[in-house]
Amino acid sequence: MTVRLYVPRDAAALALGADRVAKALSAEAHSRKLDIVIVRNGSRGMHWLEPLVEVETAEGRIAYGPVKPSDVAGLIDAGLLEGKAHPLCLGGTEEIPFLKNQTRLTFARCGVIDPVSLEDYKAHGGLKGLEKAIAMAPLDVVKEVTDSGLRGRGGAGFPTGIKWKTVHDAPGAQKYIVCNADEGDSGTFADRMIMEGDPFVLIEGMAIAGLATGATKGYVYTRSEYPHAIAVMNEAVAVARAAGVLGPSVLGSGKAFDMEIRVGAGAYVCGEETALLNSLEGKRGIVRAKPPLPALQGFLGRPTVVNNVISLASVPIIMDKGAAYYRDFGMGRSRGTIPIQIAGNVKQGGLYETAFGLTLGEIVNEIGGGTASGRPVRAVQVGGPLGAYFPRALFDTPFDYEAFAAKDGLIGHAGITVFDDTVDMLKQARFAMEFCAVESCGKCTPCRIGSTRGVETADKIAQGIEPEKNRELLADLCNTMKFGSLCALGGFTPYPVMSAMTHFPEDFSPAPMVEAAE
Amino acid sequence: MNVHVTGSDVGARTLAIVSELKGLEGPLLPILHEIQAEFGYVPQESLPVIARELNLSRAEVHGVVTFYHDFRDHPTGRHVLKLCRAEACQSMGGDAVAESIKALLGIDFHQTTLDGAVTLEPIYCLGLCSCAPAAMFDGEVHGRIDADLAKDLIAEARS
Repeated sequence: MTVRLYVPRDAAALALGADRVAKALSAEAHSRKLDIVIVRNGSRGMHWLEPLVEVETAEGRIAYGPVKPSDVAGLIDAGLLEGKAHPLCLGGTEEIPFLKNQTRLTFARCGVIDPVSLEDYKAHGGLKGLEKAIAMAPLDVVKEVTDSGLRGRGGAGFPTGIKWKTVHDAPGAQKYIVCNADEGDSGTFADRMIMEGDPFVLIEGMAIAGLATGATKGYVYTRSEYPHAIAVMNEAVAVARAAGVLGPSVLGSGKAFDMEIRVGAGAYVCGEETALLNSLEGKRGIVRAKPPLPALQGFLGRPTVVNNVISLASVPIIMDKGAAYYRDFGMGRSRGTIPIQIAGNVKQGGLYETAFGLTLGEIVNEIGGGTASGRPVRAVQVGGPLGAYFPRALFDTPFDYEAFAAKDGLIGHAGITVFDDTVDMLKQARFAMEFCAVESCGKCTPCRIGSTRGVETADKIAQGIEPEKNRELLADLCNTMKFGSLCALGGFTPYPVMSAMTHFPEDFSPAPMVEAAE
Repeated sequence: MNVHVTGSDVGARTLAIVSELKGLEGPLLPILHEIQAEFGYVPQESLPVIARELNLSRAEVHGVVTFYHDFRDHPTGRHVLKLCRAEACQSMGGDAVAESIKALLGIDFHQTTLDGAVTLEPIYCLGLCSCAPAAMFDGEVHGRIDADLAKDLIAEARS
């Protein structure tokens, strides 16, 4: 009987040698005349265990990891194909605490199925949400999404259903669904993992959005830095089109929806929705003033839903299980689950989907297991390069949109980057300004010029030039950028800068300049 | 791959690419990506052809090409090494790795070694933040890179 082995094709697994492991397995099986098939699945999200090899047994899937190509012969000798013991054996995959303790709704299939097999997708509950949506009136679909409490997972947290309602009600012969897959924040990779590990869930979510709003065309705008995700998405769209999931009659409903994958060109600001729309139109990725809202005048001036990958990928399960099922997870106004991405200097880095409400300390210390370097955690940046740095003193903050806002921080796309005690927070503050200067689209003055002045001011503080005056100046500059910038790039760069200055003042008071001895 | 072609060749091949893609909604970025895939960079000679075919001014096309970090106006070395410079990679010593690679190659970011073997580029996030520091070498991703792994990659590039 053919034994099914799983070796991820997720970029994180590839970066740690998954292709070489798959090749070694296949060569070893060939020379020993073993009957195996290797499925290239997505990642389970336990990146410190990648490449994670799984084998399907009568008792379920058994995991081994992290596997090196040189481990392969020994693993097969020990009985890998029967799921037998080996020092690398982690037991049943689903029983690994990191996975077992999660609530996987959006990522339920990620790492489980063959990403480009529509049969696998359907066998694991795929397309049920779309089938239900087809049988419903468009406004009822919108209502279901509104009732679920789903908020934009890209960072702004705007209620998804309300956006859909605006587009539904907007007049226009041609409307669009644009998926913002321009995941540029450092410390985030949830969009990439879904696109590489379960692309059909995104396609299904977009098709549902299309039916609900009357949009017949969709675009996924993703990053050139994600070649593997682009390849999987293109393959999946072709499969979905051939199977009638996309096309002139979605699943035989008589309603049309089709989509294309588009690739950005290395501009961080294109993750901002209006800059993204300009880029998609073939223009410079310059931010547009709002209003008009993209919902009314978006792509090519037509009504457009712009949603993040995770927002759209959460829609199929909401339609399948119902709004109440999804809404029952979470806390306060943050409903459902959030895929937390744990990154940086951390022992157990990866993706952890859970209901809102865990504290930051639980995420970093218990789930992440503390730092990879073994040194104490000093700072945690939440929400990418525009997110605040949190000190250990704020580790009791629950993971919730409002709770983070109350502590002058943001959840953003739920990426968490951990730093140990060797980090220099003045340097991090300077980097935030430098990044803003490099990536600013140039449209508004606070962002374009403020960021450059910010770098200079941080440098002066580092050199001990009038530190008190320059700290005050930096804070004043942050205030101007926060309230005077057109979009989140200039408007949120003050978060990392101010939080670094507020929580780690000791790094902003360098020893006074010593006169050169010569 | 960088192909050395004459000006008229560039024009003809650009025209073929533009003709194939201009039916798309918002065709300029897909066209520029295709041109860069074809020539290894976006040749100046391509711009007037694109402008004419899309009914844009040359200034508009120039503006778009220069806005995006990805589009180059000159060829790269035979290999391209992109190092992630973002926060997660910084937290795992990415800066020190970058310095050792620069010293090894004798170049700074955005430069190419004299033997034409390697171009070094900064990149802001490969989405490999849980296995930092990360790098991309000719489109292949590498996680948890250190000076030794970098040395191996560079040796491979120069062989």
